[in-house]
Amino acid sequence: MSLLLYFIIVPLGGAFLLPIISRLRESLSDWVGNAITALLLYCSVYGVITASGKTVTYFVGGWRPIADIPVGINLVMDGLSGLMLLIVNIVALLVTLYSVNYMARYTDKGKYYTLFLLMVAGLNGVILSGDLFNLFVFLEITAIASYALVAFGIEDEELEASFKYQVLGGTASALILLGIAVFYQTTGTLNLADASRVIAGIGHTPTVLFAGVLFMAGFCLKAALIPFHAWLPDAHPAAPAPISAMLSGVVIKVLGVYPLCRLFFNVYGITPLIQDIFMVLGVVSIILGVFLALSQWDFKRLLAYHSISQIGYVVLGIGLGTPLGILGGLFHLINHSVFKSLLFLNAGSVVYATDTRELKELGGLQRKMPVTGATSQVASFSIAGLPPFNGFWSKLIIIVACVQAGQMLFAVLAVIGSILTLLSFLKVQRYVFFDALKEKWKNVREVPFLMCVSMIVFALLCIGMGLLLLPQISAVTLKPAADVLYTGLEYATKVLGG
Amino acid sequence: MIVFILAVLLFLVGLYGILVKRNIIKLAIGLIIMEYAVNLFFVLAGYREGGTAPILDGDLAPGTVFVDPLPQALVLTAIVIGLGTTALLVSFAVKIYEKYDTFDIRKIRKLHG
Repeated sequence: MSLLLYFIIVPLGGAFLLPIISRLRESLSDWVGNAITALLLYCSVYGVITASGKTVTYFVGGWRPIADIPVGINLVMDGLSGLMLLIVNIVALLVTLYSVNYMARYTDKGKYYTLFLLMVAGLNGVILSGDLFNLFVFLEITAIASYALVAFGIEDEELEASFKYQVLGGTASALILLGIAVFYQTTGTLNLADASRVIAGIGHTPTVLFAGVLFMAGFCLKAALIPFHAWLPDAHPAAPAPISAMLSGVVIKVLGVYPLCRLFFNVYGITPLIQDIFMVLGVVSIILGVFLALSQWDFKRLLAYHSISQIGYVVLGIGLGTPLGILGGLFHLINHSVFKSLLFLNAGSVVYATDTRELKELGGLQRKMPVTGATSQVASFSIAGLPPFNGFWSKLIIIVACVQAGQMLFAVLAVIGSILTLLSFLKVQRYVFFDALKEKWKNVREVPFLMCVSMIVFALLCIGMGLLLLPQISAVTLKPAADVLYTGLEYATKVLGG
Repeated sequence: MIVFILAVLLFLVGLYGILVKRNIIKLAIGLIIMEYAVNLFFVLAGYREGGTAPILDGDLAPGTVFVDPLPQALVLTAIVIGLGTTALLVSFAVKIYEKYDTFDIRKIRKLHG
């Protein structure tokens, strides 16, 4: 099915056309940007429904495998890729919708949409690519676009944050490429499905494991798990709000968590040692991330630390390796995309209206900005895990899975992390939206219509995503994704057939 | 074997630069050294003793040893990506110098925490 190719070609083509189109008329770039993300969302919904949990492989240029050994590049969409595509493109559409008004604060929207679409092309490419080197190339496309987007305002702080991000991101890329080189030398293939067969044959030799260590370090840097997190609290707040939403919402997951899962579950085959590493990294991130968040007074910086903590839940759930744990981890991954993007957009709206991110300077905005206030309350309750919002269900599943797997300590720590998250967001709500209205915010007004629409849709998703657990809906979304990881090495057979 | 160890040593030199140096230009150079060490490593991984160029033509004796072409193609791509990242990094270094009047990362500290 050549539909898979469109996920990469359409945004890439759009990115190259936009600089010309925006020359003609600035407002055209809004239309084109939104049309492309809408088209991508349509394609991903269509793709997920038609594939209905099966694995779809597309051989680029018609180079089909010879005697089950792949000779060309292949794109693969299985349950996990489908789920990731869906969430990436939903967030991308709502974020471009929000950008129409928000990015009017900055100059040159054409360049903004160009970089944005390059980032989306890279993200879709990482999700779909069936071999390691293409994964690396798309990962670099996303990374370079996001380095530039973080510094889009080119003020002092943004440049500083982006430089830090670039140095650490560059180190991560070098580690990943070195890993790929070692991996290729040992297995003689870069195709994930083929490599998975080769590794099943030769076992986990020291060189294979050495490549694994390099991958682990590189992708954990991209995912910003503690102790690899230093760049995230600078880079995510410095970016314009829609980009913060993309970075925290989907980029760290697609560049970090997704390749880790793909490699260690589908190619290496999960072992208790790798599971332990996942779980320990996850729990350390949950607890330290939330403690670091508690002491923050900058709205967006606080949210950035919570991203580290919430990614910890995802990795903890997936690391448990039980069907329930993986399901919970993936469910939390998509839930976090939704509520963390919404929170960053809320922070963006507050900045749009007041020009400050300092919690102590704000206060009493609930009356003045009812939509921003109400949606941020939905998002705060979701991230804190209060029922019936989506975050509650996924955290519940992860904690139940921890107890089932006999990891009582991890379950307790996950609950503590959740309580501290609630505390931290009560602080945000009190200082920004409740409290007494300060004199200088007397003339603050609600943000423009399109920004409200985007936030309201996110809020509805937060409320409604618990429905994904219903058996009928879960059967085409969550269940196939969790099965891909749980059945692990069957990946090779599904992709190459035979 | 010795060439691989040397390539990894070069990688470590670059890593040392990133971890220890305080000048942002030197950080960029550290990153470049690291990237090139990886590229070198990758090309060496595809090298075969006494191999010929991997081009198919009619009059090849059976059993001819080829140099592995895949790493060469990949390294070429990686070099281009490296060019992109390096250009961006250095242009940012220039911008930072315009804003802060220094290359010293100890003095570029507007972000807290």
